Amino acid sequence: MSIFEYNGSALVAMVGKNCFAIASDRRLGVQLQTIATDFQRISKIHDKLFIGLSGLATDAQTLYQRLVFRHKLYQLREERDMKPETFASLVSAILYEKRFGPYFCQPVIAGLGDDDKPFICTMDAIGAKELAKDFVVAGTASESLYGACESMFKADMEPEELFETISQALLSSVDRDCLSGWGGHVYVVTPTEVKERILKGRMD
Amino acid sequence: MGDSQYSFSLTTFSPSGKLVQIEHALTAVGSGQTSLGIKAANGVVIATEKKLPSILVDEASVQKIQLLTPNIGVVYSGMGPDFRVLVRKSRKQAEQYHRLYKEPIPVTQLVREVAAVMQEFTQSGGVRPFGVSLLVAGFDDNGPQLYQVDPSGSYFSWKASAMGKNVSNAKTFLEKRYTDDMELDDAVHTAILTLKEGFEGQISGKNIEIGIIGADKKFRVLTPAEIDDYLGEVE
Repeated sequence: MSIFEYNGSALVAMVGKNCFAIASDRRLGVQLQTIATDFQRISKIHDKLFIGLSGLATDAQTLYQRLVFRHKLYQLREERDMKPETFASLVSAILYEKRFGPYFCQPVIAGLGDDDKPFICTMDAIGAKELAKDFVVAGTASESLYGACESMFKADMEPEELFETISQALLSSVDRDCLSGWGGHVYVVTPTEVKERILKGRMD
Repeated sequence: MGDSQYSFSLTTFSPSGKLVQIEHALTAVGSGQTSLGIKAANGVVIATEKKLPSILVDEASVQKIQLLTPNIGVVYSGMGPDFRVLVRKSRKQAEQYHRLYKEPIPVTQLVREVAAVMQEFTQSGGVRPFGVSLLVAGFDDNGPQLYQVDPSGSYFSWKASAMGKNVSNAKTFLEKRYTDDMELDDAVHTAILTLKEGFEGQISGKNIEIGIIGADKKFRVLTPAEIDDYLGEVE
């Protein structure tokens, strides 16, 4: 079994009209045993920037701590929040530092940039950035997620419709993957508010 | 550096609480050629005398005003070779920032890093402080900015400032002439007039250097022909 499939994960981010949504599953497993059903895969960097980390959970936690560290120092030095594009470049650089002994994580970054323009991207474990205008996916359920998103996605969705779409895409995809599931965690972010919602899907 | 007989810091406190080496460094700056900077409402101008030791020197090969990034320029008063070292280090810092964040370095961040380098050389073994003061001019998301960095590593943001030989006269002149709503062209004229105040001999496009940055965020050094045009307007 690949090291990326040790804990199991599903992550997806989608762009809407002046908003974005980022969603993850909630299962934490050790190969085939489920040990937690409330695992947080998505974390806030600042009010308009979220990062989800799929893959090996220990690396996801350590990487997250390092990124928060870097961002806090940046905030203190530059007296401003990091733009999503800048943060993505930083994550890419940090991952490539470990080119020959990498973090076994695939990050999904979503944020509102200048003029509150939605920004999403993903990258592989050694920092190859993949920018997208519509959606990005990561995790053990990524193949199903690609299919679900491709068929369900529409451009310029309002926050409520975006929430419905991303939730349906996530739940239907994790049902086809034994290593992810046990519900969903969705953040819908607009320039004025962040809505966090828990989904109940097939609990298995 | 560790094993040398000079691996202690040569910049040590005097009983009066001063760092004498830094004071001497400031003296070196004070006997250097005059340079000045003016922050306008829509840009920044920096300028310096370019007095060459002999008429045989090819003045086109000497450039005292240097670019640190496409939108940040710098001029100095003091020791030219020390300036070159700082320019080299600053350019590297700016590029490292860009490599990490894929964003141009903000002026304040670059100034802070240069100042940190200069401070290191006042507290390390076997080195001496830099014999230059820098005037850093840049235009970024926070608008036009002008900073002075001293051999001690302290930095200040200025609306207008001067350094070098004629500093007190130049500063008095600038204090009288400076207005907050000055445009970039007015600032260039004022800079030329300020340099003219203490200039020995005939001022021309060949013996002064002027660098400007406007809202286009592109720092550039004026050609001698352009300087002569401005000189014509001033007379």
